[in-house]
Amino acid sequence: MKQYACDVLIIGGGPAGLAAAYQARETGAEKVVVLERNSELGGILTQCIHNGFGVSVFGDDLTGPEYAGRWVEQALATDIETFVKTMVLDIQPGPRVIASNEEQGLIEFEAKALVLAMGCRERPRGALAIPGTRPAGVYTAGMAQRMVNMEGYMPGENFVILGSGDIGMIMARRLTLEGAHVSAMLEVLPYVSGLKRNLVQCIKDFDIPLYLSTTVTRVNGRDRVESVTVSQVDERWRPVAGTERDIPCDTLLLSVGLIPENELSMLAGVEIDPIAGGPFVDECMATSVKGVFAAGNVVHVYDLVDEVTRSALRAGQHAAEFALGTTCPFETSIPIQAGDNVHHVVPQHIHPQALAIQDRKVEFRVRTPIEAAARAEILADDEVIVSKRLRYVRPSEMIILSLGSDEAAVVEKASKLTVRIR
Amino acid sequence: MQEEREFICVTCPVGCSIRAIVDGDQVIEIVGNSCKRGEAFVREEMSNPRRMLTTTVSVDDGILPLVPVHSNQALPKHLVQEAAKLLRSIHLQAPIASHQTVMTNILGTGVDIVTSRAVSRS
Repeated sequence: MKQYACDVLIIGGGPAGLAAAYQARETGAEKVVVLERNSELGGILTQCIHNGFGVSVFGDDLTGPEYAGRWVEQALATDIETFVKTMVLDIQPGPRVIASNEEQGLIEFEAKALVLAMGCRERPRGALAIPGTRPAGVYTAGMAQRMVNMEGYMPGENFVILGSGDIGMIMARRLTLEGAHVSAMLEVLPYVSGLKRNLVQCIKDFDIPLYLSTTVTRVNGRDRVESVTVSQVDERWRPVAGTERDIPCDTLLLSVGLIPENELSMLAGVEIDPIAGGPFVDECMATSVKGVFAAGNVVHVYDLVDEVTRSALRAGQHAAEFALGTTCPFETSIPIQAGDNVHHVVPQHIHPQALAIQDRKVEFRVRTPIEAAARAEILADDEVIVSKRLRYVRPSEMIILSLGSDEAAVVEKASKLTVRIR
Repeated sequence: MQEEREFICVTCPVGCSIRAIVDGDQVIEIVGNSCKRGEAFVREEMSNPRRMLTTTVSVDDGILPLVPVHSNQALPKHLVQEAAKLLRSIHLQAPIASHQTVMTNILGTGVDIVTSRAVSRS
């Protein structure tokens, strides 16, 4: 088996992995290696051909391929080594990573620090338990996106899209521009789950019918989808009897959420936060396993790639420091808990003394929307130390607060931090 | 006559909800935008709404059958679908460079269509 030794090894060559690699090299790690299972670097952005990426990181409104392209160029301009078409099979203590590719067979990487940057994947039909037949013509929105934008064929002619996530809305526009018909977009919640701008420029601009508090209760058709039966739902998402109707279509797309991809993290023995769906991390993106860091959508699903990049720059920096022997000097950390109307918080714990060095981000999502002024607060035990007024809060829009040297003294005396919405 | 209209700015992913007091096509007052671009968006949305176009163009002999393309500035909204249809009818020959111009002055709008990535020969 071919063997490699490196300072920082990164699993995943998408925006998170590339930014982590770049920052690890900048921080001084000499041998930085990126492993990517696809045939090219760039991750999911290569199929996200729409614009809206990079506004906050670069100050430019870029398409997905352009944003990915900038990071690929930046990585390739250095001596960062990249392996494509390379699949990681196992992570063992060390950390030691076993991967394979067609040319070299099994490869063993001995790394001083590891960054998990595997991203996320789509929630499939099986997770929804929609009754009915199992005909051809049911796809996740991202799968259809890949077919239309990269493979060059249309998965159908007449679509119904279940779920109003961003990928679903972007695909509604994309399919319309390619000449297909989108008969309906359905959302089980009483509000749209993606960004408001996509509701305007993808749904309203193209007069696509949007039905809220509505879901698919049956898929009909023997060999190919012929229609879907849809029903209105009550506040507990239960179909309301008597509201069923059929919408003819040949294809059903599912845009019903993303799940951090953590099978490899679990092989590495990393503890997973069941609510966020990704590894428990501290302010340095360090996981529960020494020398293993996590970056981007593997930790929790971000709204914007710009924030994925930022989390990966942190992970890359601290992974490099760990590899160079500068481990975290602080022994004790305190938990950051989700309080009123907060779904989950990242990082899940923080070293109070770290606040004196630089500002640290606290990222979280709310459980239920409030379409009126609200306050996001961080409490050290019972004392409010950060309070930010927001014009509204929505589950679809991650909130990011900052903690810094001003709060350090209070946080050092606290036993826990709590994030809440008031 | 003055009336209140609601807009959601599509300039960036923040998507500000903007309320505007308008009189005919005159903007009297704007609230809710978090940057200057929101104001420009509302003025343009009332007189001549424009949108960016992103789509794909067929490629012959490339490592991919398509190349993603985008408009170098926003197009008049009512021409977006026609422009996409026109771009479905053309073929490019690999290799293709990133930011290569695919079509200049599409539909007489003064807007150019450029590639979003490179596609090398297969």
